[in-house]
Amino acid sequence: MKPPAFEYHAPDSAEGVVKLLAELGDGAKVLAGGQSLIPVLALRLSVFEHLIDLRRVDELRGIERRDGAVWIGAGTTQATVGRSDLVAAAVPLLYRATPLIGHFQIRNRGTIGGSLAHAESAAEYPAVARALGADLHALSPRGTRVIPAAGFFTGTWTTALEPDELLTGVTFAGWESGGADGGRAGFAIEEFARRPGDFAIAGAVVAVRVTGAAGEERVARCAIGLFGLGPAPLRAEAAEAALTGSAVADLAGSGHAAEIGRTALAELASVPSDLHGSAGYRKRVGAAMVATAWQRALAEAAGGDAGGNGSGR
Amino acid sequence: MSDVSIEVSVNGRTRRASVPPRLTLADFLRERCQLTGTHLGCEHGVCGACTVLLDGQAIRSCLMFAVQADGTEIVTVEGMAGPDGGLSAVQHAFREHHGLQCGFCTPGFVVSVSAFLRDHPDPTDEQIRDALSGNICRCTGYQGILAAVRAAASASSTDSTGSAS
Repeated sequence: MKPPAFEYHAPDSAEGVVKLLAELGDGAKVLAGGQSLIPVLALRLSVFEHLIDLRRVDELRGIERRDGAVWIGAGTTQATVGRSDLVAAAVPLLYRATPLIGHFQIRNRGTIGGSLAHAESAAEYPAVARALGADLHALSPRGTRVIPAAGFFTGTWTTALEPDELLTGVTFAGWESGGADGGRAGFAIEEFARRPGDFAIAGAVVAVRVTGAAGEERVARCAIGLFGLGPAPLRAEAAEAALTGSAVADLAGSGHAAEIGRTALAELASVPSDLHGSAGYRKRVGAAMVATAWQRALAEAAGGDAGGNGSGR
Repeated sequence: MSDVSIEVSVNGRTRRASVPPRLTLADFLRERCQLTGTHLGCEHGVCGACTVLLDGQAIRSCLMFAVQADGTEIVTVEGMAGPDGGLSAVQHAFREHHGLQCGFCTPGFVVSVSAFLRDHPDPTDEQIRDALSGNICRCTGYQGILAAVRAAASASSTDSTGSAS
């Protein structure tokens, strides 16, 4: 179908966008890359009287180091993230998640801010932001504020952004290798989808930091993120707590990994069920994704280089 | 709802138009520019038949409004052939290797593959399969398309070797 009619606005500053959001109220929506919003409009799942296009807002694009973190402007395309040497070196999990988003034609238009603000629970970037504890930066007529990812994703397609707030960027910090404890980090993303580019039936991201001398490494901290397994991206917090402090030698082997997967999924309350899979099936797939991602991330942190991405195609 | 004036370069020709904001780039190309080579299958970003180049990058023209294309350069399947009308290496390979049957999906495949091979001149089969995953074909079973992409890749690498020597 064709999208319903709307008024078009293309201000050239973030301040201008926020001013319009405040003026126009509920009938206005921000248009970033449009790779989720335009299908929603074409299928008439939503109707907006006003679309505010970000294409002229240059300040929302870019990737750079800011105050020890990596800042990515909300309007930066996924393709740009996927070509960034800085992201590859400093936020490897985000880098490895990028090729799993849609197809290259989608990533040429789709933006990181659009992914995060759209907040699809089966999408990769929200899960990465949630797992790595990213900070989301918002601008409104009241000024700027920082929303931790833990409080940003509030439900299906809903976030903590107020109607007059614009997501301006996201920062990632705290997971790089090195530092005072000489820790080594490992990361992996695993997802299962029926076809490449589809939303995952279930997926997992793992970040793990290992400290200690060779042969005596311990898990200093870890994050297990789950997507496609609830109304929003989730953390398997009980499983993370159980793993933190464990000796890496005790965690080796696929039997342990499978148990970690089952533990991570056991916490979940409302797993979706639809024609792609029942809740029980999704939990089994999710446990397998956690197990594989955990093994790869741990191997990378403990000195191997088995990290990376995978998808159960 | 008010129309918006835009200026877009389409296959090297400047087009000025006043368009309603909800007009997609695909409909602009088909209905305002009479470039009906860009096909519309699903109109929500799944099938890839409407793929065009936007400032050199392959994109879905159904997932973009014409107003967003103001000031950009678009190349459609009509802009793929040489100035003399001769087929591009990709188009030639699709014809030679049964890369099409009914032809509906072909414009999207040709545009996507042209952008992909420009960025990955010597792709592995896995890279080719991944690059093709954003375009749906209901006729060929994809094997002819895979063969065409392999042939186009080796044809252009032979060309560049030849011109370099």
